[in-house]
Amino acid sequence: MTDDELRQVAHEVRKGVVVGTHAAKSGHPGGSLSATDILTYLYFEEMNVNPEDPQMPSRDRFVLSKGHAAPALYAVLALRGFFPLDDLKTLRHIGSHLQGHPNMKGTPGVDMSTGSLGQGVSAAVGMALASKHWNEGWRTYALLGDGEIEEGQVWEAAMFAGNHQLDNLVLIVDHNGLQIDGTIEEVNSAMPIADKFRAFKFHVIELADGNDMTQVRAAFDAARKVTGKPVCIVAETVKGKGVSFMEDQVDWHGKGPNDDQFEQAMAELSREA
Amino acid sequence: MADEKRIATRVSYGETLVELGAEHDDFVVLDADLAASTQTGMFQKAYPDRFFDVGIAEQNLMSLAAGIAATGRVAFASSFAMFAAGRAYEQIRNSIGYPHLNVKVAASHAGISVGEDGATHQCNEDIALMRSIPGMTVVVPADDVEARAAVRAAYETDGPFYLRLGRLAVPVVNDPKTYRFELGKGVVLREGTDLTIVACGLMVEAALKAADLLAEKGVSAEVINIHTIKPIDDELLRASAAKTGRVLTCEEHSIIGGLGDAVLSALCETPVPLRKLGVRDEFGYSGPALELLHEFGLDAEGIVREAEDFLAR
Repeated sequence: MTDDELRQVAHEVRKGVVVGTHAAKSGHPGGSLSATDILTYLYFEEMNVNPEDPQMPSRDRFVLSKGHAAPALYAVLALRGFFPLDDLKTLRHIGSHLQGHPNMKGTPGVDMSTGSLGQGVSAAVGMALASKHWNEGWRTYALLGDGEIEEGQVWEAAMFAGNHQLDNLVLIVDHNGLQIDGTIEEVNSAMPIADKFRAFKFHVIELADGNDMTQVRAAFDAARKVTGKPVCIVAETVKGKGVSFMEDQVDWHGKGPNDDQFEQAMAELSREA
Repeated sequence: MADEKRIATRVSYGETLVELGAEHDDFVVLDADLAASTQTGMFQKAYPDRFFDVGIAEQNLMSLAAGIAATGRVAFASSFAMFAAGRAYEQIRNSIGYPHLNVKVAASHAGISVGEDGATHQCNEDIALMRSIPGMTVVVPADDVEARAAVRAAYETDGPFYLRLGRLAVPVVNDPKTYRFELGKGVVLREGTDLTIVACGLMVEAALKAADLLAEKGVSAEVINIHTIKPIDDELLRASAAKTGRVLTCEEHSIIGGLGDAVLSALCETPVPLRKLGVRDEFGYSGPALELLHEFGLDAEGIVREAEDFLAR
């Protein structure tokens, strides 16, 4: 797809995030919208996946280590054809396969159950190791929050990935600068992020605007060329990107829009598209 | 009995892993810098390319094992019970238990028989923690014969599996020629009429000795080995309880949430008096394993004392 086509898809994903969190009256729109462009690129351009056969053994794997961005993952998976778009309206409802955080046993296309921060990155490292060990050639991608990397387990996993030179692994840090209790720097700064991953023997790609599709493409293209090291893409993003009143507002970390906010958000996203 | 064969269940685990390695290539073994102690080192030596040491990082150990299992393989993950079931509880619950993945958590150095290392390393809570996770199978082998069978059962059984292994060399009570392991099925080792002694792990051998001592005093004790704490053999326990009218559970684990409570739950509709022998609401301390077991009443003598007191009421 062209960058413009991918941008169009990303708009639809953003609408899906708003639809889902509105229907759920909860969820995490801020960190879903910051990651939307990266998730769109991964599923529509970068990864080898098959909606007709979600469990295809040779597929690339994706782990949403920041599992609370599930509304964006679900919207991407639905638009990619893994399940009907209408399912997004059942997000977090009783009986829905769309759980508050991803459930690999319930939702087609979800490769790992996540939600408890720090664990998904370890699982992704395990997958990358398995792909190498059984010589299968597929790649593993994992998306982390910049708050999430305060979890010690992230660095246990990173140490292992660096030491084992897992060059089939790409971690992406969604660096939107905000966590529940405030800005990353106020709460307990994990900065400098890029230097930390370099110290853990990663090849680091600094993505200046993780909400710009052309730059996102360039980062993933560069990641593919790296050998002998795992890759970490540190992506500067805007929390709540695409919905004016949610942008860069920590308040929109974990709540759903009410009816008026829903109308306004959908109107903005339709205009932009 | 001084010349009887003794072997630690962790050694049985290491040796069986090596056997399994010769038969299957769809599993790997992971450890967290304790391979020499958990005995996964034997597998490492035999199959160095199928063994991964994550270093001192038990949280990563469990979630990484889950990632491997998510690709359709089996991963054995070992550490001490304290750091596997204890430290990495939430990783086991969320990364392994919730997606029902084929990770086999084989935890050694369980219970106070860790000995000299003391309370920080004596995990008396692992059965309670592991049996609370939905879909988790929990097995506590009594001896070498049972441990070998349990390791194979772990490999063959679908889903998360917790295998509780000991540091201490323990007597072999089962006959390898006739023993048949059936997951979820208790084993009646001695039939009796006055009370049922239910035991697991190293307490099984103590229970058999206690039954002999009680027999000398005219007490007929039934001895049941519950190697599978979850799913537990309700039927066998109910039938035995109905027959003898009294149940004494014996475990090298806290009486909070362990074998005793699992048996109690199984018998809640078969109201017979039940008493739990195990580690009370307290921490252990340093000392030689056998002396510690004696101090905590977790030997044949302690079981006899408890049984007699129970029967006198």
